[in-house]
Amino acid sequence: MTSTDGGASGVSRGFKGRRPAAGTAHRLPPGQYETRDFPVLSAGPTPEVRLERWSLRLSDPSGRSARWSWEEMRAMPREQITKDIHCVTKWSRFDTRWEGVAIDTLVARAAEQGVHTAPYVLATSYGGYTTNLPLADLVDGKAWIADTVDGRPLAPEHGGPARLLVPHLYFWKSAKWITELRFMDRDEAGFWEVNGYHMRGDPWREQRYTGDE
Amino acid sequence: MTAAPAVPRPIAWRFATVLENRAETRRTRTLILDVPGWPGHQAGQHVDVRLTAEDGYRTERSYSIASAPESAGLALTIERLDDGEVSPYLVDELRMGDTLELRGPIGGYFVWSVRDGGPLFLAAGGSGIVPLMAMLRHRAAALAGASAAERRAVPARLLYSSRTWDEIIYRDELAALVAEDPTLEVHHTLTREVGSTWSGLRRRIDRSMLDEIAWSPRERPHVYVCGPTPMVEAVASTLVAAGHDAARVKTERFGPSG
Repeated sequence: MTSTDGGASGVSRGFKGRRPAAGTAHRLPPGQYETRDFPVLSAGPTPEVRLERWSLRLSDPSGRSARWSWEEMRAMPREQITKDIHCVTKWSRFDTRWEGVAIDTLVARAAEQGVHTAPYVLATSYGGYTTNLPLADLVDGKAWIADTVDGRPLAPEHGGPARLLVPHLYFWKSAKWITELRFMDRDEAGFWEVNGYHMRGDPWREQRYTGDE
Repeated sequence: MTAAPAVPRPIAWRFATVLENRAETRRTRTLILDVPGWPGHQAGQHVDVRLTAEDGYRTERSYSIASAPESAGLALTIERLDDGEVSPYLVDELRMGDTLELRGPIGGYFVWSVRDGGPLFLAAGGSGIVPLMAMLRHRAAALAGASAAERRAVPARLLYSSRTWDEIIYRDELAALVAEDPTLEVHHTLTREVGSTWSGLRRRIDRSMLDEIAWSPRERPHVYVCGPTPMVEAVASTLVAAGHDAARVKTERFGPSG
């Protein structure tokens, strides 16, 4: 190498690296690496959520809302979802098996009660966590309320009893301990989005932080 | 002139130069970096590091910043994970004059400044000490020359769980900070120490330890907990059960950063 810029060509002297297996390389977004573990990332203590008091609410800009108890949610049509997930802290986990209720199902049930969608959504959790998403990222088979992972009830530190599951976006968008989806006419930054993270968070475009693409 | 809508600027990738690669413990080393154009940071923030191989293959990892915002070089303390892809490279290979690509600072939540006030309670497990050390270094720098009354307004306590005496990161520096500051306490607990000379705490952080060492919930401390996930889960849940406001307990859990 003849560059005189001390490696500013970008090559890290002596770095060999470990390539992902050929069969999985195309599943790894830029800057990510595969893990077989299931790491935990949360900003605060894990909230204790009792099933008898659990509820999920969908609300619209006019103030109407639909609300379901744990039993009511569990009685809805369930789907099995196998997806790769990608955390903004760089790990990706392939073929993670989830079960839950499609957001499409909840939106249709809410519409029967006069609750209508709006272009943006603020997901709100027990413990106060929030994250914002465009409605388009939650509907048409792209997102679920998941209560089961790898065949077992979702553990509290992973977001149990139930979390939002939006596998095509960085995983902070998949709000743990979900209790409300609020439809809004305008986009409003959630918890991490206020603290420097991207408003949309598409791992394939590496939208990690405020200002990325 | 009308104000243009604020378009957020991306956090730029920068080429840092390694000034020093020094040993902390058997498994950890600190890189001191010169980062041209570094915009400054808050104690508790991290950087993303990006490595590029000859064939263009790239990978990234996040590392907490160990240095105070007040100090000249940017310090990253890296724990070497034997089966890791990146940490053995950073620890074993990088030497003075090498270039390292990074961007930051990142994260606006797990941060503390003396302006936030006290009391400050920090609980660390293993290399989880790193962002908390940045807070203690910042506190020492910001309070240099402060009056006794100003120090007493931001008292700090650290409870630090390590496997053994030899694996305590920044051990001597922590002792030196305590020696010069009566408003700072550092408590060590060792979970796998087999030597007989250690007469201090010898167990994982638990309720009775926290009752004794953490500030009482009535004093409304700012709490930061950083370490492996099981340690953070246990400490944060115990503090909330003891009456601490969950909104004042900020956590950072270490996933693998190989």
